[in-house]
Amino acid sequence: MTQEIRVTNYPQVLTDRPTHYCPGCHHGTAHRLVAEALTDLGLVDNTILVGSIGCSVFIYNYLSLDAIESPHGRAPAVATGIKRARPDKIVFTYQGDGDLASIGMAEIMHCANRGENVTTIFVNNTVYGMTGGQMAPTTLVGQKTTTCPGGRCKERAGMAIRMTEIIASLGGVAYAERVAVNNIKNIKKAQKAVRKAFDYQVQGLGFSFVEVLATCPTNWRMTPQAANTRIETEMIPYFPLGVYKDVKAQEDK
Amino acid sequence: MPSRVEFREDRCKGCLLCIEACPTGIIQQSNRFNQKGYKVVEITPEMMAECKGCAFCAMICPDYVINVFKTASEKGGAA
Repeated sequence: MTQEIRVTNYPQVLTDRPTHYCPGCHHGTAHRLVAEALTDLGLVDNTILVGSIGCSVFIYNYLSLDAIESPHGRAPAVATGIKRARPDKIVFTYQGDGDLASIGMAEIMHCANRGENVTTIFVNNTVYGMTGGQMAPTTLVGQKTTTCPGGRCKERAGMAIRMTEIIASLGGVAYAERVAVNNIKNIKKAQKAVRKAFDYQVQGLGFSFVEVLATCPTNWRMTPQAANTRIETEMIPYFPLGVYKDVKAQEDK
Repeated sequence: MPSRVEFREDRCKGCLLCIEACPTGIIQQSNRFNQKGYKVVEITPEMMAECKGCAFCAMICPDYVINVFKTASEKGGAA
């Protein structure tokens, strides 16, 4: 007797609905990582999701969690309120780079500095994806976007902001890591990072932050394959992957 | 050991990331269009025999299109 085993096991919290994302967009992969982490830790029934503005806003359609939609960039402030009112709930924000690193810079900095016991998943694709690919704070020098058609100019617009390094330097942060999802090896590391971030929140260690380097093939004017290569050749050298803060690892030393 | 890969073709957006991720290189773009007008990917029945069931394609797929099945041997373990 032979028996067929299903290897792929999509978490139930992922709704059975086609995503609105463009072909090759990494938001779908990032959603799955969050869903897998919540399912593995058994947190699905106890989690509140705080959405942001941008393409990532529609995460509430794709994860069957209790969700609240925050004003542009204010997801960490909304999450702070929810967590303080209901400390028994697991609260996380899912934000893009236009939302978190630009208009929401103050909120994320102070939320991290206060050490609010929430988790932030930060998807960095170096452009404002939803509104048509304008220059974001994380746009790399020389990268062409609709608002810097000649490439980002260092003298006028400055360098790209490295958020994970900034967040890791703040007082209340328990965990800060940058991951990518452009190949299998990086996806496996990202899985562990997202799970650890939620685990730290369960343990009440403080603010946890995971930056996911993602592609935006449409606004980068590239095929999904070329976009994946760009992550490897252009983004990772400027945004190095790795753990920037881990309070537990520091204690162990 | 025989493995089987199923594509939910109505969900495929033709990004072709699975083709790059497949270590045996058996996934290819078909000539069929789905309802949304994307050219879907496929594994031909002859090529399916070479599938190792690693599920890398399912891991990289951003649209949850792919399901991988393995057939366990008679003794129960995944041979």
